[in-house]
Amino acid sequence: MEGVRLIEVKEEILADNIKVATEVRERLRSKNTMLLNLMSSPGSGKTSLILRTVEGLKGSVRLGVIEADIDSTVDAEKVAARGIPAIQLRTGGFCHLDATMVTQGINALAANVLDLIIIENVGNLVCPAEFDTGAHKNVMILSVPEGDDKPLKYPLMFSICDVLLVNKIDYLSLSDFDMAVLRKRVLALNPNIRIIEVSCKTGAGIEDWIAWLKKEADAFRLA
Amino acid sequence: MHELPITESILNIVITYAEKNNVRQVMAINLRVGKLSDLEDEWIQRYFDHLSKGTVAQGAKLKIERTPIKVQCNSCAASYEVEITNIGNTVCPVCGKKEGKLISGREYYIKDMEVQ
Repeated sequence: MEGVRLIEVKEEILADNIKVATEVRERLRSKNTMLLNLMSSPGSGKTSLILRTVEGLKGSVRLGVIEADIDSTVDAEKVAARGIPAIQLRTGGFCHLDATMVTQGINALAANVLDLIIIENVGNLVCPAEFDTGAHKNVMILSVPEGDDKPLKYPLMFSICDVLLVNKIDYLSLSDFDMAVLRKRVLALNPNIRIIEVSCKTGAGIEDWIAWLKKEADAFRLA
Repeated sequence: MHELPITESILNIVITYAEKNNVRQVMAINLRVGKLSDLEDEWIQRYFDHLSKGTVAQGAKLKIERTPIKVQCNSCAASYEVEITNIGNTVCPVCGKKEGKLISGREYYIKDMEVQ
């Protein structure tokens, strides 16, 4: 019997995605379009936040949206109904967006001059954290009903984001969610993260989020 | 949960190397995966067994080495291991300063493969 030999491989498994993500980032940088990747669990309020963001940025930042959904176009229709260029990528059961899928979305929006593109990633706190989409900024939502223990269960997601939006704060009085405990847990994973408390339903805190977004979009344009 | 696309990438790379090296059968693949990854070893193997059917890598065993989460101190450049729940709140054991950057723990890497 033939002996077993060893072949050196030394390859990054995700090298292809990292390469495409870098291309996306550079391409949008040269067009002065900032790409923001929005992640969360299903039902935490990604689409509601985008609709609030559309209102808040009206007249100041030219916005486009890439929606990911397993097999429907509901979210993109809601955004497009407000006059914002929106593309729905059907991920067909994929648990996250990768940079190649994002490239398709960007190509589909290429006819528009945009300052900011928001990707609504697939609802999931695990997989999207591992795949670079090419975004310049990563933002996540955690909603109050999900609980303050989520940073313990999904540390990678909390550690890669620039902003954490704590949504549905109108539910706080009904729950045992402890905001101080959440902040401590999140900052232990990521001391540089910005935590903003909001309610997409009542509009509380939304102006803080819009102010952050405008400041970042301006800084990106001038960089 | 994203074991499937990761496994597809592994298989593609393995087949490319197998063709380049006139391999008849891949016996085992040695991987290095960071402890920050949520990947389940058992599921990677199951997906791999399914995807690799009829290829030169059919039946290959995936051997996964988990690399620790390590931070390098911004002040004195010492590197040290940290727990997953505490990666942003680290203190350098050498100089006592807090700021550091992650240098290990997110790897997805194929080291080598055992072949015939």
